[in-house]
Amino acid sequence: MLNIGFSEFQRLFRTPLAWVLLAVVQLILAYLFLIQTENYITTIQPQIIASNAPYGVTDLVLTQLFVFAGIMMLAIMPLLTMRSFAEERQNQTLVLLRATPLSAMQIVLGKFLALELLVLCLVGMISLMPLSLLLGTSLDIGQLISAILGLFLLLSSFAAAGLFLSSLTKNTMMAALLGFAFLLVLALLYFAGIRTEDPSPLLVYLSHFGHYQGFLNGIIDSRDIVYYLLFIVVFLALTVRKLDNERLG
Amino acid sequence: MQAANLLIEASDLQRFYGNHVAVDNVNLELKAGEVLGLLGPNGAGKSTILQMLSGTLAPHAGTIIINGIDLKERPTEARRHIGYLPETPPLYKDMTIREYLNYCGRLHGLKAKQLKTSVESAIDDCQLGELQKRLIGNLSKGYQQRTGIAQAILHRPPLIILDEPTVGLDPLQLEQIRNLVRELGKSHGIILSTHILQEVDAVCERVQIINKGKTVLNESLDSLRQRDQSLEDFFNKELAAKAETKHA
Repeated sequence: MLNIGFSEFQRLFRTPLAWVLLAVVQLILAYLFLIQTENYITTIQPQIIASNAPYGVTDLVLTQLFVFAGIMMLAIMPLLTMRSFAEERQNQTLVLLRATPLSAMQIVLGKFLALELLVLCLVGMISLMPLSLLLGTSLDIGQLISAILGLFLLLSSFAAAGLFLSSLTKNTMMAALLGFAFLLVLALLYFAGIRTEDPSPLLVYLSHFGHYQGFLNGIIDSRDIVYYLLFIVVFLALTVRKLDNERLG
Repeated sequence: MQAANLLIEASDLQRFYGNHVAVDNVNLELKAGEVLGLLGPNGAGKSTILQMLSGTLAPHAGTIIINGIDLKERPTEARRHIGYLPETPPLYKDMTIREYLNYCGRLHGLKAKQLKTSVESAIDDCQLGELQKRLIGNLSKGYQQRTGIAQAILHRPPLIILDEPTVGLDPLQLEQIRNLVRELGKSHGIILSTHILQEVDAVCERVQIINKGKTVLNESLDSLRQRDQSLEDFFNKELAAKAETKHA
């Protein structure tokens, strides 16, 4: 299982895809971060001081950054997860894993582990930006840690969903599209749920982003953690079932 | 004690694809140190049988006992005893031969020193020495095929299943692979599928001819020779008979 994980992780970086995606993510978020920070210094800070509002740089710059990161990953994660099973099927290499003394569960967990390592890289890189602010100012470290944890859980749940959708098809493009569509629907649920007229707590509850918000405000709620863990477990279990079913045919 | 020596004991295997019966009540046995050739025209069900024996496809009916272990009851344990080369070699084109074999070895639970020696002997056996640092995607079909075989024999399983191992090889490579199979056949049980008669003649001790998902002949080559019936005659007759019934 660990073998699959590490080997897959290495193979992700064999192709330019992972590098390009990481670079693009970093570039866009860095630009946003720069704008936010500058905006904060030039316009927002004087207002806050003038009105004595209880907000600081953590709320206004960091939260924004993490919200953008979450939204961007809607489009990026499917591209990273699409290969997992779809490509193996396309190249008919899935048989190799099937013929080893590994159970379907071990195969799925191995693949998921590889994605988790990648998610850790992403979260690490994104977190470095706000941490760089520590050079010039003080941050609410607790809130930052909470936001990082939130982003990690959010991306992990994206990864689990992407993994499952990738196991349904043998076309990587199809896997990416399905992943994107699915994540987008979940995001839309959130936006539908927070309308000012007729808001629906249920839709917000079902959506990813509804649970992400708490983390960004520095609230680590065990219910939100459980939501993400359940989400991950369900999709991994579905993937295992899918693989087993295929063998039984 | 006879039963203990059986590497494969498959009985009444059945497999459908939709309404089409791909494999129909096939029985198959293999002893250690025996090379069995599974011969049949294209689409006869050879690959399906091998997929079922390798544990990558479950039969719809029938049982498979690998080295005394029921493949259905204890699949992971049974698969330890099998090396399998599918019809399309399962290769990662972005790895070098050596990396690939290392990975395969670790998937089969080989560690450190054992892994190194297994990989080296597999590379030697398949004569991949000079190419071990090349990317698999850049190799010719013949070398890719050999890498696939190296993967199947890597962990020295008692049972080796090769699905059309000599497809796409040039005559020299063909001879090398046949020699390798003969060599391995002394200590391992090997089952290979092919639609080439000469291949069975060259490497196998026993032949099982499959047509339309059914066994039509299961006999050792020695006894066939004693009866003075060439395999070719039988094969052609059998196919001709089938064709006639179809036309009638």
